Amino acid sequence: MQVQKTKHIEALTTNYAMAYAVKAVDVDVIAVYPITPQTTIVEKISEFVANGELNAELIHVESEHSALSAVVGAAATGARVFTATSSQGLELMHEVLHIAAGMRLPIVMAVPSRALSAPISIHGDYSDLMNARDTGWVIYIAASAQEAYDTVIQAFRLAESVSLPVMVSYDGFLMSHTVEPVELNDEEEVRKFLPRALRPYTLNPKRPVTMGPLASPDWYYEFKYQQVLALKEAYKVAKEVDSEYGRRFGRSYGVVETYRMEDADYAIVAYGGASYGNARAAADLARERGIAAGVVRVRLYRPFPTADVLKALDSVKAFAVVDRAIMFGSPAEGPLYKDIAAAMYMHGIDKPALGVIHGIGQRTIYVEDMYKIYTMLRENPRKEVVFMGVRV
Amino acid sequence: MKVYYKTLKDLPREELFAPGHRMCAGCGAAIAMRWITKTIGPNAIIANATGCVEVTTTPYPETAWMHPYIHVAFENSAAVASGVEAAIKALRRKGLWDAGDTKVVVIAGDGGTYDIGLQSLSGMLERRHGVLYILYDNEAYMNTGIQRSGSTPKFSWTTTTPVGTAVRGKIQWKKDIMGIVMAHRVPYAATASISHILDMVNKIKTALEYTSEGPTFLHIFAPCVPGWRYPENKTVEVARLAVETGYFPLYEWDHGKLKLNPPSNAHLDKSKRKPLKEYLKLQGRFAHLTDEEIAELEKELDAYWEYLGKLAQL
Repeated sequence: MQVQKTKHIEALTTNYAMAYAVKAVDVDVIAVYPITPQTTIVEKISEFVANGELNAELIHVESEHSALSAVVGAAATGARVFTATSSQGLELMHEVLHIAAGMRLPIVMAVPSRALSAPISIHGDYSDLMNARDTGWVIYIAASAQEAYDTVIQAFRLAESVSLPVMVSYDGFLMSHTVEPVELNDEEEVRKFLPRALRPYTLNPKRPVTMGPLASPDWYYEFKYQQVLALKEAYKVAKEVDSEYGRRFGRSYGVVETYRMEDADYAIVAYGGASYGNARAAADLARERGIAAGVVRVRLYRPFPTADVLKALDSVKAFAVVDRAIMFGSPAEGPLYKDIAAAMYMHGIDKPALGVIHGIGQRTIYVEDMYKIYTMLRENPRKEVVFMGVRV
Repeated sequence: MKVYYKTLKDLPREELFAPGHRMCAGCGAAIAMRWITKTIGPNAIIANATGCVEVTTTPYPETAWMHPYIHVAFENSAAVASGVEAAIKALRRKGLWDAGDTKVVVIAGDGGTYDIGLQSLSGMLERRHGVLYILYDNEAYMNTGIQRSGSTPKFSWTTTTPVGTAVRGKIQWKKDIMGIVMAHRVPYAATASISHILDMVNKIKTALEYTSEGPTFLHIFAPCVPGWRYPENKTVEVARLAVETGYFPLYEWDHGKLKLNPPSNAHLDKSKRKPLKEYLKLQGRFAHLTDEEIAELEKELDAYWEYLGKLAQL
């Protein structure tokens, strides 16, 4: 095992980076359906297939419900599969999200995140992903095109290791349509990292099995408990896969990423590219102005990396969680905030924690906004949810 | 259709639909499943929509299916089968498929086909997947307890179209699912009835072989004892009368040509059809019908036959 020497760097949007990762992985079946801001992923994949660069079957489905259903069928048959969606598409898939996880199928899906109707908005926030967070899928949220590319490759390894479907999400538009330099791996090396695993149970007339049976109250709970265990296992395996990927390709991220947290008194916890980037810039600004500020980014969102998040926040005096989604009517409207609050409560930790809702429907999050959060934490550390950037 | 079987003795003896399932005594769909599985042979993958057949055949940890079988949800069996077919193609191309010429077969009820599954069926047909889609039609949502579907015939009693003083059974006509499928210009689509087994198994085999060209479709008439309210020993008789009265004509659509099959090929002449009343009177779901209502059904049936006659001349 050695770090790759020759570098192949392309200027790519995150969406195109996803397509390049899919090509490198040698995916067999891809369900294609347009929805903004995901569409350019499947456009690029279609180009690869049309040019003979990717030997895959494209299924041009008539809806996202069928997109996920088709890859469920293909994955059950033993194929390596991929699809992508956003927003209303993820909502239309929702029924099948649970089924894909319950059937323990290694599906990888890209989700450049987008706001939900009504009113209709094509712009980014994480309302779509957060509605899917408890469906039994592994969920990554990437913060750069490079990381998204690397994460798709890691996602296939993880999915095939623990028999769970995996979503790779990132900011709609702010990442999906933003060009960044992306170092592409040698495709031969990617295929060595992802050997064709022999899955014991697939649809094959030589080895007939019944998939998707009816489970009575005597059995159903055991199936569901096995999913709980599989997600716990995925927490461990995700770290191993990330480490091995780092050894092979020279890039790894951990499940939680931190910035200037070594001596930080105040932290912003965030996910996705825009929030993380602006929070880092704000932390730099805050430190220039005398606040010991840092940032914690949750990269693996499901299974929730409780131990890593708690460790990262161990020594701060107060922290804020920036959520780009609203859980209406919830005791705290930010989904990540609720996760961290629950994790801390269960571990007997009581710290001032500010919930910040921002970036809804791609409302601009300014660095100054993030800086203001640090000042709020220092001046009046408290437990409260604030809606930032909105006209009230 | 091609005649693969001259008598039932020509069919494989091997049974691929195991006993012990929980289908009702006299279930028409169960009869269909036995002949379907036998005829398609072991080298096939079955995708089943949610419905009576699905819940009664797969009570974990048991299964009646000796084929590789997948059930995902109610409305998406055609999409699932599209994925299975695409996977076999891709894996074969990469040298990763070891089972040879594996066929893909969907089994879905009328709710899963006429109503909630119509979109995914249309998508599968339009994309020309090499899949045989078999609809077993018992004319209502029987699994959930006899609710009206797009396939339920006019005036029929169901639990959501009760016979009351203001409304008497279903108000609308049965949807023409074959017309919808044929409009997709599939290579082959046919109707069949569990009462006419030789006709049915030859159509199953013909449709299966045509999947090398694209999607094929079978509409199999499968009476339901509790839903139609007739004695459980009358299933085949009810199905046969449906054909003999012209209520459910046997025909096939083979590469753009419509052909009526025996005995329906004689039924363009109305005098050769048994009176519709003979079919209706066996069933409790039609017990409330007045002579006027029966006359209305007959009139509509005549119009349908006129339409079929025109199609047969194309």
